[in-house]
Amino acid sequence: MSYSMFVQDDMSFGQKLAKLNWWLVILICSVAAVGIASLYSAAGGDFDRWASRQMMRFGIGMIGLVIIAMIDIKWWYRLTWPIYFIGMIMLVFVEVKGHVGMGAQRWINLGFMQLQPSELMKIAVVMALARHFHGASPEQARRLSFLIVPALVIAAPVALVLMQPDLGTALMIIMAGAAMVFMAGAPIWLFVSAIVGAAVSVPIAWQFLHEYQKKRVMTFLDPESDPLGAGYHITQSKIAIGSGGVEGKGFLQGTQSHLNFLPEKQTDFIFTLWVEEWGLLGGVFLLTLFLFIFITGLRTSLRCKHNFGRYLALGVSVNFSLYVFINIAMVMGLIPVVGAPLPLVSYGGTSMLAALIGFGLMMSCGIYRHSKVTR
Amino acid sequence: MHHDEYSEKIFTRRAFFIGALQVIGLGILGARLAWLQIAQGKRYKTLSDKNRINIKILPPPRGQIVDRFGVPLAVNAQTYRVLIISEQSDDVKSSLKLLQNIIDVEDKDIKRVMEEVSKAAKFIPIKIREGLSWDEVAKVEVNLPDLPGIFIDVGDIRSYPYRDATAHIVGYVRSVSKEDLEKDNDPVLRLPGFRIGKTGIEKFYDSPLRGKAGAAEVEVNVIGREVRELKRKNAVSGKRVTLTIDGELQRYAMEVLSVHKSASAVVMDAHSGAIYAMASYPAFDPNIFVRGFSSDEWKEITDNLGRPQTNKAISGQYPPGSTFKMVTALAGLKAGVISKNTSVFCSGKYEFGNSTFHCWKKYGHGDVDLNKALEQSCDIYFYKMATEVGIDAIADMARRLGLGQKLGLELAQERAGIIPDVAWKKRVLGQKWYQGETIISSIGQGNVLATPLQLAVMTARMVNGGFAVNPWITGYLEDQFLGREQWDSLGISKAHLKLVMQGMESVVNGKRGTARASSIDREGFEMAGKTGTSQVQRITMDQRRQGIKNEDLPWKQRHHALFVGYAPMKKPRYVCSVVVEHGIGGSRAAAPIAKLLLEQTQMRDPARTQLQPEVSKSATSPVFWPPKKPIYGEDNQGDL
Repeated sequence: MSYSMFVQDDMSFGQKLAKLNWWLVILICSVAAVGIASLYSAAGGDFDRWASRQMMRFGIGMIGLVIIAMIDIKWWYRLTWPIYFIGMIMLVFVEVKGHVGMGAQRWINLGFMQLQPSELMKIAVVMALARHFHGASPEQARRLSFLIVPALVIAAPVALVLMQPDLGTALMIIMAGAAMVFMAGAPIWLFVSAIVGAAVSVPIAWQFLHEYQKKRVMTFLDPESDPLGAGYHITQSKIAIGSGGVEGKGFLQGTQSHLNFLPEKQTDFIFTLWVEEWGLLGGVFLLTLFLFIFITGLRTSLRCKHNFGRYLALGVSVNFSLYVFINIAMVMGLIPVVGAPLPLVSYGGTSMLAALIGFGLMMSCGIYRHSKVTR
Repeated sequence: MHHDEYSEKIFTRRAFFIGALQVIGLGILGARLAWLQIAQGKRYKTLSDKNRINIKILPPPRGQIVDRFGVPLAVNAQTYRVLIISEQSDDVKSSLKLLQNIIDVEDKDIKRVMEEVSKAAKFIPIKIREGLSWDEVAKVEVNLPDLPGIFIDVGDIRSYPYRDATAHIVGYVRSVSKEDLEKDNDPVLRLPGFRIGKTGIEKFYDSPLRGKAGAAEVEVNVIGREVRELKRKNAVSGKRVTLTIDGELQRYAMEVLSVHKSASAVVMDAHSGAIYAMASYPAFDPNIFVRGFSSDEWKEITDNLGRPQTNKAISGQYPPGSTFKMVTALAGLKAGVISKNTSVFCSGKYEFGNSTFHCWKKYGHGDVDLNKALEQSCDIYFYKMATEVGIDAIADMARRLGLGQKLGLELAQERAGIIPDVAWKKRVLGQKWYQGETIISSIGQGNVLATPLQLAVMTARMVNGGFAVNPWITGYLEDQFLGREQWDSLGISKAHLKLVMQGMESVVNGKRGTARASSIDREGFEMAGKTGTSQVQRITMDQRRQGIKNEDLPWKQRHHALFVGYAPMKKPRYVCSVVVEHGIGGSRAAAPIAKLLLEQTQMRDPARTQLQPEVSKSATSPVFWPPKKPIYGEDNQGDL
């Protein structure tokens, strides 16, 4: 497939480049810079350990992002189902003969990186739902029969992810999917009853949780019960964050993180390291970057002239924000440790890739907001 | 696609709602951050800046493994270790170089320490070497001022006082591997220098032996030194394992086996199934596995023809040879093919179909009845009987007596042996069964394979009155009894068992018995048994004609020598099986060892002392010699 095959529109390359959402590009680069600086610090001032690889991945990912953004959104519309099914095949593949890590099967080894199909599947679910609701009127969306396909689109990957077993990712797919159904105009009572139903089914679901998952929830409720395990991580993370104060301890000065009180400081607990060293000011700075990214997502969505783009742009934003909330709330002890990375900041290939693909699609929605998306 | 205003309005409203949720979410995160860093900031700052809380894992002392008299077989010895704290040394590498000039430190250890230094926190001590001698400790102590960061402390190391004698049973501990860490998330595994059970009882009972790690919350200052302890949850020591083994008997067994290149033996209680000794020679010194071995030591183990790492008593599979004849006899008696007085003429040859089957005695035994057939180990008697009984009946009796199956000992490595029959051959080889195979199987050749443990169990089940004993080697886990004393009946006629046992008595005590040279000449202590010699290779016609002696062949082609026996003869209590690999003949190689073992066992009489979960205070086993009365006393339950 050549590039020209997709460029059947009337814009020149230069025009499209000019229409790229450079503001969003700057925001993404800033967040990634925070990540690279933190990884440099996490390695104790060693650039080669994590930061250089992260930087390389980000560079390659940004090129991918621009390519994705340049392709007319209608092509993405047409490619949605193939992408969804390829994602499902990969998920089945890891289930069958995946790499066994941490007791759960989640990865495909590509040689240069460990690909986690469930991360890509989150984007695919958002795309599939955007496509499904594209042609629907709110009246249609109100009908329950119209929600059968979305239910299947969400349930299939959720079932596979639960088999891995990865409760955190499963919940995130459900939440992102629910947000899509919500924005398409499904009746409010549906969500109210779903929330009530979830509250009722928690004790039942508890029975099906794996021992380690139960332990995580229990440790969250009573961190003292497991001073050597997850409770230790949360306590140490809170000490590190709190001791940062308003101004932070300064770059490379984060004693808690450097003395190895923090586990996984380069992945899940990277936010802790950042705010220990840069304090509340650094934390608010990063949260503000996220705020601008959310606003950009909302704006792109609202300005889009076709439903597919609207749903997709906002869906990508919601998906990204779920990551942000879950990771940061986790390291600050607001929710149980679920093992979710902070996208663009944590060390890791797949979460970076998934985030950049998402933003690439969001930008495509922006450039081609007038595109004629047809069935 | 047309979008009407209504649709857009709904979407816009809902999109803003979602946007609002995102902003609220960020607000909550920001508020929490501010609360932690401003409101709680001071508290956390004190915890962090001045004194930080560190959690120190306290390793549990590993449970002891003791023999039936409480004599330690695996203990925690103290060892002097030399360690380094990298933050106290200006230059770790040069400190290590200096140390190398003072005591022996291998280059690979230096490399490992350098790696750990780069990974671990700077205040954590890293082990350089352990097992320092007094001399070495003194040398390092004197030079300490020149060795910044280096210090000496005392730690626990597993030690096996019986060394190679108990190596196969007790097993050994070794450092934790990457795979272990994936399987087991016990935090104590991550402690530097921690070791876990890798073989034997150490592995089988690793979890109870290991105990549970404790934790101490300690305040550490800015450079990481401990200031004071805040909270402490003590470690729970591992549980003690009491084996049924008699350590001294075990050592003795090892000693008497060591006259051969490769041999194994089992001594067991005929009534309970408790194992008193289980030896496989040669073995290895488990202590070298604990501390790590040199390539020479490793080569010595792997090059040894006797396979020191294998516990041949449970995983060596041998054709049982004539020791199998009791099985065939019991099958024949049960089927009614023979009785006590059935007589067969042995000419030294037996023609069946187109083949000729030989007796070991070239010119035959003449008229043979069951007693004589066992006493002199006549093959023809069993050939003839087997063709009438059939292989399936023989195989059934063999399985009843414990052959052809794993017996559930608390050790890995146990193997099942093979008892062939018609169905087996069809399943495994996909072939039809031939009568000729029945003939060679009847004397324990052909495809029949058994382990020394199985042979001991077989003998026990015959002499204990036909009870289905299984072997066990762990008596107590702390105070919890794990053994078993009562067993179900196998439903074998006691009269038949008695006939077979009379034959076994003649083997050792009869005028022409194959093991008459190995009889025990002490009244009340006599033994009975059966010799066996099993071919590793077929005897060719050429060898028969030229009369080539087996001892002239290379070691690997010589016959295996076997013996199964029991004592005291009149009131059986102890059974014993011996297999000498390539020992040429059961009477000359295996029977004398069984004699020594059963004699020694009766002198020590381990069955007389109730097995108790206690650690011996004297750290030596009791001496019963000379015995005050004949061994088979009031606690002997087998009455035939």
